[in-house]
Amino acid sequence: MSFEPASAMLLAVLLPLAGAGLIALCHRWPNLRETVTLVTAAALFANVLTLVGPVLEGIRPDLLLIEILPGLGLRLTLEPLGMLFALVASGLWIVNSVYSIGYMRGNNEQHQTGFYVCFAIALAATQLLAMSGNLLTLLIGYEVLTFSTYPLVTHKRNAEARAGGRTYLGVLLFTSIALLLPAIVAVWYLAGTIEFRDGGVLQGMVTPATATALFALFLFGTGKAALMPFHRWLPAAMVAPTPVSALLHAVAVVKAGVFTVTKVAVYIFGLDFLSVSGAAAPMLWVAVFTLLAASLVALSRDNLKARLAYSTVSQLAYIVLGASLATSMGVAGGAFHLVAHALGKITLFFCAGAIYTAMHKTQVSELDGMGRVMPFTFGAFLVASLSIIGLPPMGGTWSKWLLMSGAADAGLTIVLAVLAISSLLNIVYLLEIPMRGFLRPPAQTGGNGGIREAPLLCVAPLCLTAAGCVVLFFYPQPVLMLLDTWRLQ
Amino acid sequence: MTGLALLLEQLPALQVVLPLLAAPVCVLLRRPNLVWALSCLTSLGCLGIALTLARQIYPHGVISYAMGGWAPPFGIEYRLDELSVFMLVVVSLAASLVLIGARQSIQREIPADRIHLLYAAVLLMLTGSLGIISTGDAFNLFVFLEIASLSTYALVAMGRQRRALVAAFQYLVLGTIGGTFILIGVGLLYMMTGTLNMQDMAERLPPVLHTTTALAALAFLVIGAALKLALLPLHIWLPNAYTFAPSMISALLAAISTKVAAYVLIRFVYGIYDLRWSGLNLPLNDVLALLAVAAMLFASYVAVRQQEVKRLLAWSSLAQIGYIVLGLSLATSAGLAASTLHILNHAVIKAGLFVAVAAVLFRQGGSTLQLADLAGLSRGMPWTTAAIIAGGLGLIGVPLTAGFVSKWALLQALIESGTWLYVAALLASSLLAVIYVWRIIEACTASTGDRDIQRREAPLGLQLSIWALVAMNLYLGINSSPGMRLATEASGRLLAPTAGVPL
Amino acid sequence: MLDAILGLFNYWIAIGLMMTGLYIVIAHTNLVKKIIGLNIFQTSVFILYISMGKIQGGTAPILAEGTLIYSNPLPHVLILTAIVVGVATTALGLALIVRIYEAYGSAEEDEIVNKDRRA
Repeated sequence: MSFEPASAMLLAVLLPLAGAGLIALCHRWPNLRETVTLVTAAALFANVLTLVGPVLEGIRPDLLLIEILPGLGLRLTLEPLGMLFALVASGLWIVNSVYSIGYMRGNNEQHQTGFYVCFAIALAATQLLAMSGNLLTLLIGYEVLTFSTYPLVTHKRNAEARAGGRTYLGVLLFTSIALLLPAIVAVWYLAGTIEFRDGGVLQGMVTPATATALFALFLFGTGKAALMPFHRWLPAAMVAPTPVSALLHAVAVVKAGVFTVTKVAVYIFGLDFLSVSGAAAPMLWVAVFTLLAASLVALSRDNLKARLAYSTVSQLAYIVLGASLATSMGVAGGAFHLVAHALGKITLFFCAGAIYTAMHKTQVSELDGMGRVMPFTFGAFLVASLSIIGLPPMGGTWSKWLLMSGAADAGLTIVLAVLAISSLLNIVYLLEIPMRGFLRPPAQTGGNGGIREAPLLCVAPLCLTAAGCVVLFFYPQPVLMLLDTWRLQ
Repeated sequence: MTGLALLLEQLPALQVVLPLLAAPVCVLLRRPNLVWALSCLTSLGCLGIALTLARQIYPHGVISYAMGGWAPPFGIEYRLDELSVFMLVVVSLAASLVLIGARQSIQREIPADRIHLLYAAVLLMLTGSLGIISTGDAFNLFVFLEIASLSTYALVAMGRQRRALVAAFQYLVLGTIGGTFILIGVGLLYMMTGTLNMQDMAERLPPVLHTTTALAALAFLVIGAALKLALLPLHIWLPNAYTFAPSMISALLAAISTKVAAYVLIRFVYGIYDLRWSGLNLPLNDVLALLAVAAMLFASYVAVRQQEVKRLLAWSSLAQIGYIVLGLSLATSAGLAASTLHILNHAVIKAGLFVAVAAVLFRQGGSTLQLADLAGLSRGMPWTTAAIIAGGLGLIGVPLTAGFVSKWALLQALIESGTWLYVAALLASSLLAVIYVWRIIEACTASTGDRDIQRREAPLGLQLSIWALVAMNLYLGINSSPGMRLATEASGRLLAPTAGVPL
Repeated sequence: MLDAILGLFNYWIAIGLMMTGLYIVIAHTNLVKKIIGLNIFQTSVFILYISMGKIQGGTAPILAEGTLIYSNPLPHVLILTAIVVGVATTALGLALIVRIYEAYGSAEEDEIVNKDRRA
């Protein structure tokens, strides 16, 4: 394809929207509808891939769409961090669509057309967010993402789904309206601009105290980053069907949160200003607290998806921690973790969904001996767990490595200790599951001992993403090259 | 001089005269469809005139038109500045968009032998509203205000339930008190300045500002305007009036009546007086701001607890009026511009919601709509539901809707003046808006359970009106630059300091 | 003190009427009496306007030999308009009362409220 990079950016936002329209039109013909989803996803990924080359060359495509108010426009700009996020989200959408088809059909879910439509809109929002050129565009992507995923969370339309949806929407809207929006307006007022710029826009404009307050507003305001005490929405969102939890609550939505945090730290505050003013220091400890506390909560959860949700809360705090270290190594570690955790966590959720589809089990304690019945699923689970813990030869190793170097750069040895403790906690709560599956004897005796995997469309994607975790260890160059492009600028 | 140029010169008068002449024609025509078409054409004509005037004013500045050829300050002056044209466009636009869809809904809710009277009253209300906005004469303003109000009382009384009559009566009593207060204020001002021309008043007031009379006049004017505006605690007439009026009339009221009253308040406190005058020894800014904050929080809270959709929307309107008053109470250019912009944005959003409710009522029958009645709406009337959701998101102030732009402007103005408590109040009110909007949306998407409710989409006319308003809502959320520029110029002109008066 | 009362007696009358009218509007439950109160309230404003146009020793503003001082005619004109507005309001109010009486069988506010509550 020979698009101008700027038009390719616009296309990345419009493609999923057009896809959503087509999907809605095809609601009478499920096969056609699913084909449209897959084609859209593939086209989007191909389109995003065309942008990688220019970005690696140091080009930053820029496109001002429209001015909403004088000086305040919808602007798309692509820089390496956003490129990374756009790639992860669009790439995993393909895998996830395949999985969704297997899962939704396997479980005979209702309202499937609405499901795929909302999914496509959510992806458009993700692309908008990834390519946002200023805080306003970012906020728009952020809010569209919130509203488009609400119907997905309440997909089952029963009382439980409604209650979960209320918490989901309540927390996310509360934080974004009450904290994020005023923070953005304050930046607009204080700095006179809300564009993302290298080195930030706030340097020399605000006192360290104001900067500290603003940074706190941004971090808490980004409810999707799930810093405690605003993490409740994530476990609540687990009432959704598993493919939703997989893509949205392991990849798109939560990564949108931490991506926002990273982008604000880098391009609004600027890492130099952030470390000199000490604005990030208080939030560093909030992240550390969230990291440890969420791990401990995860330990106590028996419901598999709830445990994974708290694990996500904890892992997101790694990325926030990376941004709060205010060193380029820390941010790079956080960004790498964005990729590594996305691959690992989507695998884990795929596995949880596969177990539910095949065996209708939701609790960890029911999984004794299941590994022998579903070897592929549990094998993938093991691989992904190791990646998230950060053990070689899995991709997660690199992000832990970079984060620890970043902490060392910042001279915070205590953070090193925290990361080590957290890895131990990860081992306990994640590895328990494959251990039960493979090592414990089956609970009920009547099992015939044969292999009973979930449908192929469910199992293939999870094997693929698990393989991705391994590949990321041996071949992290693409991600590292993007991060280098960013660090050199 | 060619005929066209002659006509162009008479436009300021023409846009008031046009609906005034059309009203008796309505009474004579009597045929419902014909009358409806005439009303639509008239309001569209007013919209055309308003837009033409806006284009004249934009490069050339204020238009002064001497009514009947008597030169101001002796004759009645029609004086159009940026704020007036802005309001002219808002009012005629809202009226046109609502009236286009009104035909079927009105036919269903009003007995056939009264339809022509209803449209005549609507046109009179339009006359009054446009007159208020264009006149430069304080007494003339009072007269137009009463013309608009009287026709509004009659419109409310046409509601289907008998409670509409009581609501109209309550509105009449309070509205008349408000109007009379304005009359007293104008009289006192005339005593002090010897003129009725508002521009003249503004110039002659500063030397006599220290007198009790001048202060009393301001108090009467503000309270009178606040009564018409339904600013808390003078709001008790509004929820009933909106709830029991015919559905399309609720849309008109929400879009026009209170907005014009807001314009009147702005004229009084910045056009005649200026809240920033240091000689004005009154903490009026703070009082207005506190009442606005009270309205934003209390009315939103009450809205959260409502079960009836129109009443819920009415309380939400009261909260939104709080936003408008909060912006203008700041006495800064940014604040006043934010208020002005919100007048437009809220008119569009709320009219859209009320028309959507009218569409639901058209299919459902009855004159009130409980939240529980909405169950299954997303299945039977998906487009109307989508419009309700779009309007609701506008009320919350979600990005890409008009509501976001006004909230952004207002937040910016508040932060600029360093009033952090008001910022907190605005955000708290938005959060309450999330709750009440979400109650509607949840009700629309709720399953009907065992009951089988058959619904079809509303007829084309209503849909057209709904979607025109929703499209406006979204358009203003994406491109508010022209509106904002006009609002900023309007507030700039109002706040331009009068020569020789200390601020 | 006495001057303040006697010299400005027209204002005192206006204020007295105004308060009487408002009191009736608020205190009475009978709708017709509310309209009467509203009328008294409006009348007080008319008096306020007319009295301020009066000039001591002035005559009607008609050009004639020998008269130099005129009363200001403008307030009178204004009040003519205001009276028209007042009459229109009263008419509409009374019409509403008739309709309310037909619908509820009562013109007492508390009874009407009770009937709606029961319904």
